[in-house]
Amino acid sequence: MSTVVPKLVTREFTSPDASHVEDYSIRTNELNLWYGDFQALMNVSVNIKKGIITGLIGPSGCGKTTLLRCFNRINERYGNVTTTGDIEILDKNIYDADVSVRQLRRSVGMVFQRPNPLPISIYDNVLFGMGIHDAFKSLPKSERNDIVENALREVDLWSTVKDRLKSRATTLTLEQQQKLCIARLLPLKPDIILMDEPCSALDAEGIEKVETLIESLRDEYTVVIVTHNMAQARRATDECIFMLLGEIIEHTKTSEMFLNPQHEKTEMYIQGRYG
Amino acid sequence: MSESSPTTSQGFSLRRGIEKVIDFTEPAVVGLIHLCGWSAIIFVMAIFFFVFKESLPAITGLEEGAIQGEVEQLDLVEFTTSPKWIPESAKKPTFGILALMVGTLSVTILSMVIAVPLGLGAAVYVSEFARGKPREILKVLIELLAAIPSVVWGFIGLVVLNPMLVDMTGEPVGLNILNAGIVLALMSVPIIVSVSEDALRAVPDSFREAGIALGANRWEMVYKVLFPAAKNGLLAAVLLGIGRGIGETMAVLMCTGHSVMMPTSIFDPVRTLTATIAAELGEAVRGDMHYHTLFLIGVVLFVFAFIINLTADLIVKGIKVQGNE
Ligand SMILES: Nc1ncnc2c1ncn2[C@@H]1O[C@H](COP(=O)(O)OP(=O)(O)OP(=O)(O)O)[C@@H](O)[C@H]1O
Ligand SMILES: [Mg+2]
Repeated sequence: MSTVVPKLVTREFTSPDASHVEDYSIRTNELNLWYGDFQALMNVSVNIKKGIITGLIGPSGCGKTTLLRCFNRINERYGNVTTTGDIEILDKNIYDADVSVRQLRRSVGMVFQRPNPLPISIYDNVLFGMGIHDAFKSLPKSERNDIVENALREVDLWSTVKDRLKSRATTLTLEQQQKLCIARLLPLKPDIILMDEPCSALDAEGIEKVETLIESLRDEYTVVIVTHNMAQARRATDECIFMLLGEIIEHTKTSEMFLNPQHEKTEMYIQGRYG
Repeated sequence: MSESSPTTSQGFSLRRGIEKVIDFTEPAVVGLIHLCGWSAIIFVMAIFFFVFKESLPAITGLEEGAIQGEVEQLDLVEFTTSPKWIPESAKKPTFGILALMVGTLSVTILSMVIAVPLGLGAAVYVSEFARGKPREILKVLIELLAAIPSVVWGFIGLVVLNPMLVDMTGEPVGLNILNAGIVLALMSVPIIVSVSEDALRAVPDSFREAGIALGANRWEMVYKVLFPAAKNGLLAAVLLGIGRGIGETMAVLMCTGHSVMMPTSIFDPVRTLTATIAAELGEAVRGDMHYHTLFLIGVVLFVFAFIINLTADLIVKGIKVQGNE
């Protein structure tokens, strides 16, 4: 289907602190990506630290979504995608022949821009991932119930939905749906959670609640979040990556980027002078 | 867009003129559309009324043609429970449609057993797996399949399938439930494919992405995400297929063997309700018991169709209510 050209030989990463390999969850090296003839990512080399929230910012069309969708190889859905370069997730090159995409997607969860709970019950949504990955039938019912309760508690949804676990997930409010979309990743015990503008479909109150939830995921998970909302990037992220036209311009601590941007373009963007 | 003002004002007055014409024609068009909508209802009612009226004398009794002083009346118990259909017997005609109903149902059920997996599989393939040229070619071919007249299907059953079944099963004749079931399945596949393909393609892509991002492979995505998401449409597809099966006449007339009997296996010939009407109505003496009873079979077919549609409606509504709670 997809014409991914994986590099089978993992190159040495030329990162300054290559000795502390375990500190990084995601590392890309010279990553290029084309949609047909159009190059959407150019020589992207980035190291994303474990256990923190990293923001991905930049003007519309700069390749944030594209980069994010590389990390769980969901880009391969489109037939016209070509990639070169390496992506290492938890020190494993994800284009290696022995990598199972299924296992990769288990440890790298994804939350989408528009909440997309499946049109099945809330309960089944939470367990959906487990149903795919584990010998599910052997799991006793009480244990399943516990898994559902824990996941929903972790996203602060349990008290709201505990009496209607069997009703359709699509009947929830958008905010609740997005929380559910996060909750359904948790039973799989992912290491990394990718979020593509997770709050952009929500109202102000929803944004605040989901943001609080995202911040609570810090430490336990590595979170990479795309956002257009500068205030949100500032509030909720530890580090920020600024992209422009498929390239990484700057990657520093969030506080540093907003106080003292190194590049003129970064400064212009965060001050709202770019699209 | 930087036109001078006179042109603009002229354009404006022109638009007013068109608006006037629209004002005038709109009620007429609306009326016509209403008429179209109502005519569908009126036609259905009229057909039902006619069939029902023609069947009525069989139940209420008719004097003509009966032995002097006696009123000939259809025995409804016999009608529904007797497997004997001997309408033209000189001594004692018997009008039992049990065997005919069993014939219709057995052929329809077998055809669905074949057509539903085949049709759903093809729909999944066309909507989720095939890309580009092969996909377009497949869609055209499936539509072509729908355009084959039913008498041609009957012919295929008679001339092609019949000897094949004789070879394979060792039965003396290959015109039986299996033959008609296969032919009917092939006839209902196109409608099942096209309706369920529509249903699958109506599933938002975000659901597919959700499934895939959680680690589902394409097959799991199909049966764990798409099937639940599209179940109303898929159900409609299956019910339309069943409707097609029950209503089909010519092909089953040619492929079932057309003999009245209670089948014990799929290698037995049967006769269906529809084929009976088609084969006998032309010969039945207008106004006699046989004639009216054939119309009563028509009413039975109506009732079948009504029950199927009602169940479909209720199931679909049930799903909706559950979804909206
Ligand atoms: N499936 C695709 N096929 C072809 N081109 C694409 C595809 N997806 C994205 N692109 C192009 O790649 C570029 C990067 O797109 P991407 O969606 O990654 O940007 P983005 O930074 O996420 O933008 P936004 O902030 O609007 O979401 C854009 O120019 C876009 O037009
Ligand atoms: Mg995007």
